[in-house]
Amino acid sequence: MARFRTWVGIAVAGALSVTLAGCSSTGGKRAEDARKAAAAQGRAAVNTPRWTFAMITHSGDGDTFWDIVQSGAKQAAVKDNINFLYSHDDEAQQQAQLVDAAVDKKVDGIIVTLAKPDALKAAVARAEKAGIPVITVNSGSEQSKAFGALTHIGQDETIAGEAVGDELNKRGKKKALCVLHEQGNVGHEQRCDGVTKTFHGTVQKLYVNGTNMPDVQSAIEAKLQADKSVDAVVTLGAPYADTAVKAKSDAGSKAEVDTFDLNAKVAAELKDGTLGFAVDQQPYLQGYEAVDLLWAYKYNGDVLGGGQPVLTGPQIITKDQAAALAEYTERGTR
Amino acid sequence: MSATGERTAEERTPDEGAVKTADERLLQTSPLRKLLSRPELGSVVGALAVFAVFAFAADGFLHTASLSTVLYASSTIGIMAVPVALLMIGGEFDLSAGVLVTSSALVSSMFSYQMTANTWVGVGVSLLVTLAIGAFNGFMLTRTKLPSFIITLGTFLMLTGMNLGFTKLIDGTVSTKTIADMEGFPSARAVFASTLTVGGVDFKVTILWWLGLVALASWILLRTRAGNWIFAVGGNQDAARAVGVPVAKTKIGLYMGVAFGAWISGQHLLFSFDAVQSGEGVGNELIYIIAAVIGGCLITGGYGSAVGSAVGALLFGLTSKGIVFAEWNPDWFKFFLGAMLLLATLLNHWVRKRAEATK
Repeated sequence: MARFRTWVGIAVAGALSVTLAGCSSTGGKRAEDARKAAAAQGRAAVNTPRWTFAMITHSGDGDTFWDIVQSGAKQAAVKDNINFLYSHDDEAQQQAQLVDAAVDKKVDGIIVTLAKPDALKAAVARAEKAGIPVITVNSGSEQSKAFGALTHIGQDETIAGEAVGDELNKRGKKKALCVLHEQGNVGHEQRCDGVTKTFHGTVQKLYVNGTNMPDVQSAIEAKLQADKSVDAVVTLGAPYADTAVKAKSDAGSKAEVDTFDLNAKVAAELKDGTLGFAVDQQPYLQGYEAVDLLWAYKYNGDVLGGGQPVLTGPQIITKDQAAALAEYTERGTR
Repeated sequence: MSATGERTAEERTPDEGAVKTADERLLQTSPLRKLLSRPELGSVVGALAVFAVFAFAADGFLHTASLSTVLYASSTIGIMAVPVALLMIGGEFDLSAGVLVTSSALVSSMFSYQMTANTWVGVGVSLLVTLAIGAFNGFMLTRTKLPSFIITLGTFLMLTGMNLGFTKLIDGTVSTKTIADMEGFPSARAVFASTLTVGGVDFKVTILWWLGLVALASWILLRTRAGNWIFAVGGNQDAARAVGVPVAKTKIGLYMGVAFGAWISGQHLLFSFDAVQSGEGVGNELIYIIAAVIGGCLITGGYGSAVGSAVGALLFGLTSKGIVFAEWNPDWFKFFLGAMLLLATLLNHWVRKRAEATK
């Protein structure tokens, strides 16, 4: 036992000295803290009462994209003196129950995603019956108005897919692989269908299990090995782009990898040319605008969009714009 | 619930060979001892504690509307937790229970739509198909002698694939088409997914289904021969077979019970949302098992109760919705759930040990 203690002591002392001696003058936690300190000194910019807004999304646990949406919503909430609540569940029934819970709490406004519109119809109607204004974000632009929401903020997935198809044409591609990482997501189907609509070449769909990265990589790899004529791989989420790049190099394929959505890694890989282009739907704006528009409605009765969805995308991002975005993706707002 | 805990097939510890003065079955046990030997005691204590925490921490939690939401959330888990608890008392698992709910809803919806039939026809066909899948599970288990974990894992994967595959094949998309404008829909919605207003508060009809199932399952377990068979096959399969208990029939029946629960849940999904997402239900099977275990079911079988599973489901509903009402960070929900599972199980274990030691 005594010997064991000595070893532990040596190990701890060693670890401490290595840490102290090996300080990095770049990056890391310290740089992040400095950036945060320089960012908004959170204080409300308005003198309206402290309203409570609840946001309920169909996100799973720990999703990069929804983190960015949240950071937009939270910053708008600070500015507008809002108590902001966030909850999520990827099961439609559970998501509907969370909306019910927000209505029970008598919040002053609700922001909801309609990825599974039928499941949320009753819950949204109940919110409106209780006199709570609802804004839909991200998915459900077709149903938003019918459900009686004030506005829909998001990207039309079909239009975004079409933009990708156009860009692929510009780059002279002939055969694209569309990688769907969530079986059962209507928005994902629309994206791939949009690509198919405008792309002059052929599009093949590949379904992968998005919750299991090694599985995603091996599936793409197998496909690229089996079909050497594929010259473009389109992934539908930022985390999958890097995986597709690995799969491509392992399979010895020459295909260009392009992706929907952004994250820090994608921005870096756009910059160094590993990725062709990304199409961004600016999630930060979806969160920020949703909170801000609810505030404007409560304060001034304003509604944006004139009954049409307010689009936050698509925005095609290539090597040229990537450099400027790197800083924003680092801090988790792009 | 005027049940005695004595009817469960308890394991005798070998060091219990003290001198018996009288026949132990004729011994009078004190009411307190009776209470301590109830399988659901631990979960009841847990539920009261969690309820108290949220009653203090969450404003608006004690409103009737909020409690009705909590009850609804609990009932959607509870309807499945009851037959799953019975199955676990019978000593088996069902990992396909979660996706079976989705399958049941999909079959009902697509059959009605494609055949342009009255929705009740779809509901009937769905019952037959779902029960057939349950029977398949039970039949495979009793025939192959493989562990139920493996058998139902296979079924789980096959159903997950079939849910998506058939839906895409038949409907061309990943969710079914709406059947809200078809004949029979309003009456089916009334049965499976209506909202009852009692004293100005809306309650979902699933709560009634849930309570009904709990009562039915309790009656079967404690008042019928079939209930004795369930405890017997879960306690010791070979001994049960030796004394003439129809083991295979009991197990197939238990799996069909789970299928029946999945059918009710599936129809509720369909008639409350009128379209079904094909990819859902994965992972819920574990939640049903968790509810049953928190409610005092032993993983090894032979011990547990239907009421316990209901309390387990209630705990789940309280936690999942309480966190929202209390405005806590939902990132930690799974952590609380895991901690609760451990605590409830430890408490159950401790209580049972005490109850057995002082007999």
